[in-house]
Amino acid sequence: MKADIRVALVGNPNTGKSTLFNVLTGLNQKIGNFPGVTVEKKVGYCQLPDGRKAEIVDLPGTYSLYPKSQDESIVFSVLADKANPLSPDLVIVILDASNLKRNLLLYSQVADLKIPVIIALNMMDLAKKSGINIDIGLFSKNLGIPVVPISARKIEGIDQLKAAVSYANKIALQEDSIDVNAIAPQLIESISKELNIDNPYFALQLAHQHETLKFLSTEQSSRIETLEKEFFFHSQKAQGTETIARYAFINDLLYDTVKKPDTAQDETLSNKIDKVLTHKVFGFVLFFAILLFMFQSIFSWATYPMQLIADGFVWLQNSLHQVLPTGPLTSLLVDGIIAGLSGVMVFIPQIAILFAFISILEDTGYMSRVTFMMDKLMRKVGLNGKSVVPLIGGFACAVPSIMSTRNIENWKDRMITIMVTPLVTCSARLPVYTLLIALVVPNRNVWWLFNLQGLALTGMYVFSLVSAVVVAWVFKFILKSRERGYFIMELPVYRMPRWNNVAYSMYDRAKSFVLQAGKVIIAVSVILWVLASYGPGDRFKNIDQKYLQPQYTQTLKPDELGRAIASEKLENSYAGVLGHVIEPVIRPLGFDWKIGIALITSFAAREVFVGTMATIYSVNGSAEKMESVQKKMHDAKNPQTGQPVFTLAVAFSLMMFYAFAMQCASTVAVVYRETKSWRWPAIQFAYMTVLAYVASFVAYHLLK
Amino acid sequence: MKLSQLEVGEKGIVKEFTDLEMSVKLMEMGCLPGEEIRVDRIAPLGDPIAVNVSGYQLSLRKREASTIILQ
Repeated sequence: MKADIRVALVGNPNTGKSTLFNVLTGLNQKIGNFPGVTVEKKVGYCQLPDGRKAEIVDLPGTYSLYPKSQDESIVFSVLADKANPLSPDLVIVILDASNLKRNLLLYSQVADLKIPVIIALNMMDLAKKSGINIDIGLFSKNLGIPVVPISARKIEGIDQLKAAVSYANKIALQEDSIDVNAIAPQLIESISKELNIDNPYFALQLAHQHETLKFLSTEQSSRIETLEKEFFFHSQKAQGTETIARYAFINDLLYDTVKKPDTAQDETLSNKIDKVLTHKVFGFVLFFAILLFMFQSIFSWATYPMQLIADGFVWLQNSLHQVLPTGPLTSLLVDGIIAGLSGVMVFIPQIAILFAFISILEDTGYMSRVTFMMDKLMRKVGLNGKSVVPLIGGFACAVPSIMSTRNIENWKDRMITIMVTPLVTCSARLPVYTLLIALVVPNRNVWWLFNLQGLALTGMYVFSLVSAVVVAWVFKFILKSRERGYFIMELPVYRMPRWNNVAYSMYDRAKSFVLQAGKVIIAVSVILWVLASYGPGDRFKNIDQKYLQPQYTQTLKPDELGRAIASEKLENSYAGVLGHVIEPVIRPLGFDWKIGIALITSFAAREVFVGTMATIYSVNGSAEKMESVQKKMHDAKNPQTGQPVFTLAVAFSLMMFYAFAMQCASTVAVVYRETKSWRWPAIQFAYMTVLAYVASFVAYHLLK
Repeated sequence: MKLSQLEVGEKGIVKEFTDLEMSVKLMEMGCLPGEEIRVDRIAPLGDPIAVNVSGYQLSLRKREASTIILQ
C-alpha cells in the first residue's frame, strides 16, 4: 500500500498511544519487526479528510529519547535518521493531559529534532474530571504548533486530529525549548561540522548514543568518540543538565497555561483501590485468587476450541487421505505437514486466552501493582517483580509466557526469566504425567481425603516451581549483567480495560505465534515424519513381504494385521533404529529402545509421547484410547527378564525426564525469536537435558 | 534526610542525589531538585515504595530511594 504521508506516533507509556493507533487505523494494520532488531513494529493506514492516505507508525512508548531498553532505542533511530525507511514526515506526540509535566519532557526532546510535530492531548475527559484546566489556545501559541484535544477511548477529537495531520506544515514550526548548544558548545559544533548536521540536538544525541546507533559507520562513531575525549564530554552529567533545563522550560510553560487543584480526584480513588489491592493480606489473597481464576479459564475455556481444532484437523487428514492418491507425497503432506500444523494451531486458544488476561491486567494498571508487591521476593532469586506473570503463565504454555517477558526492561532479569519459564509444568506435560501416574501410583486415599494419584500430580507441579526458582538463583550468579538493575516504574492510575485493545492483543499474539513458531514446528514434524516412515536398506520391503504370507493373512484380522505391520515398521524405521542407538545412553535411566523412540519424537512436542506409546504398543487412536494405552503399557513385559517394563522407578524416572527436558520445538523457536540468537536456546537446551538426565538417573536408582 | 527514611504520608522536597547514574533516570521521571515528593505506600514485603511526584505515582526500590537527599 502506498501512502502520501508518513506519521509517527510517539508518547510515554500509559498515555493511550496504542488505543489512538487502533482508533486511527482500525483493522488496517500490520505487524512486523523494525529492520535488524526484534522490536515489534506496528504500521497502519488512515484515510485523511483531504483524500490522501497516511501511513501511521506506532513507535514504542518511552519516557525520553535516552533509551533504557532495546524497544526504546528504536524511537530515536526512526525519528532522527533521515535514511531510515520509516523516517516520518510528521510526528504526533501524545500527551496525557492529566499528567502533562512528565509527558512534556519527551515532547521537548522530539521537538528539538526539528521534525514537523503536532500534539494530541489525550485523556481530556479525565483531566477535566480532576479539575485540570488547560488553556489550549495559549498552550498551542507558546509552542508554535497545533494542539488537538482528544479522548482516544471515547473516540472524541479524532476527526480534528486527522484534519490537523492533513493541514500539517512540511516545515517544523515549533519554538525552541532550551538552548541545546549551551550544554556542550564546542562538541556540538565539531560533530555538526564533521558529519554535516544542521541540527544541534541531533548532534548532541549522537554524542550520547553513538556507540549503540546502527546507522552510524564505525569511522563516524570513533570520530565522535575522539571529539568527546577532546572536549571532556561526560554523558551522564550532560544529560542531567539537559533534563533540568527542560523541566525549567516545562514549568514556565505550564505556569501560564494549566490551572489545577491541589489534589486530583482520580488519584485519591486510585489510592483507595490500592489500599485493598496491595494490602499485606488481601493483596496476596486477591492476587492468588486472580491467578487461580486465570489458570482455570486457560484450562477449561480452551478445552472446547482446542478439541474443535484438533477434530477439524483429524477430519481434514481423513478426507485428504480419501481424496488424494496413496503415496509418499500424500503421506508427507497429511501425516507430516498437516499433522505438524495441527500441533501449532491447537495452542491458539490457550495463547489467546492467556494474552486476553495479561492485556486486561496490564490495561487496568493491576500488573504494575503485582510487580510492586512481588519485586522483593523475586529479586532474592535473581528475578524481577515483572517475572511473576510469565512464570504463572508457564503453567499453561511456555510459548506465550516467553513472549510476555518483553516488558522486563532489565536484560539479565529477562534472560533468567526466559531460561527458567520452560521448567514450569505446562499443559502439554499433563497427559504424560496423568498416564504415568495412573500406571504406577495406586488409586486410593490417604488421610481420608487426599487421593494418592492427585497428590503425586500436585507434587509434580510444586516440584516444577521449586526447580524454576532454584535454577533462577543459580543463573543469578552465572550471568553477567551488562546493565545495572533498577526498578523505577510508573504506577498508572487504575482504569477500565479497553476491550478493543484486548481483542487486538489476542489477535496479534496468536498471529505472530502461528507465523513464527509455526515454521520451526512444521520443519521438525516433517523430519520426524521422514524418520518414522522410512527405514534403512529394504527392511520395509521385507516386512511388507513377510506379512503377505498366508500364516499372517489368514490368522489375523485386517486391522490387527495393519497394526502388526505398523509396529514392526516403526521398530525398523530410522526413528526405531535411533531408539536402539540411544538405548545404551538411556539404559541407566531404566528406559528401553521403545521409550527411546518416544523420547526422540517428544522433542517436537511433549504430548506426542502418548501418541508414540500408542503406536509402539500398537494401539489405534490416541487420547480417546488412553485406557487401552495404559493397559498395554501395564502389561508390557521385558522380553529377557519377564518383569513389567513400567515399574514405579521407570515411571518416575520418565516423569523427571519430562519435567526437565526441553522437549518442545515451539519453545526453542520462540526463545530464538525473542533473543535473536541460537546461543540462548542452545544453552537452555543443554542445561535442561543435563538436569533431565541427572534427575531421571537419581529417581530411577532411588526407587529401584 | 534521605527519601528512604520517610514514613508513609510524609513529604519532603528533593535537594540532591548521591548517585549520578540513578539521578539521571530519576530526573527524567520528573523527580528533580525542588520537586515535592510524598511517600504514598510501602509494598507489603517492605520494599519497594510508592511515591507521589510531579503529579503521578512512581515506584522505586528503597536502595534507589536512599540516593535521593531531601531538604
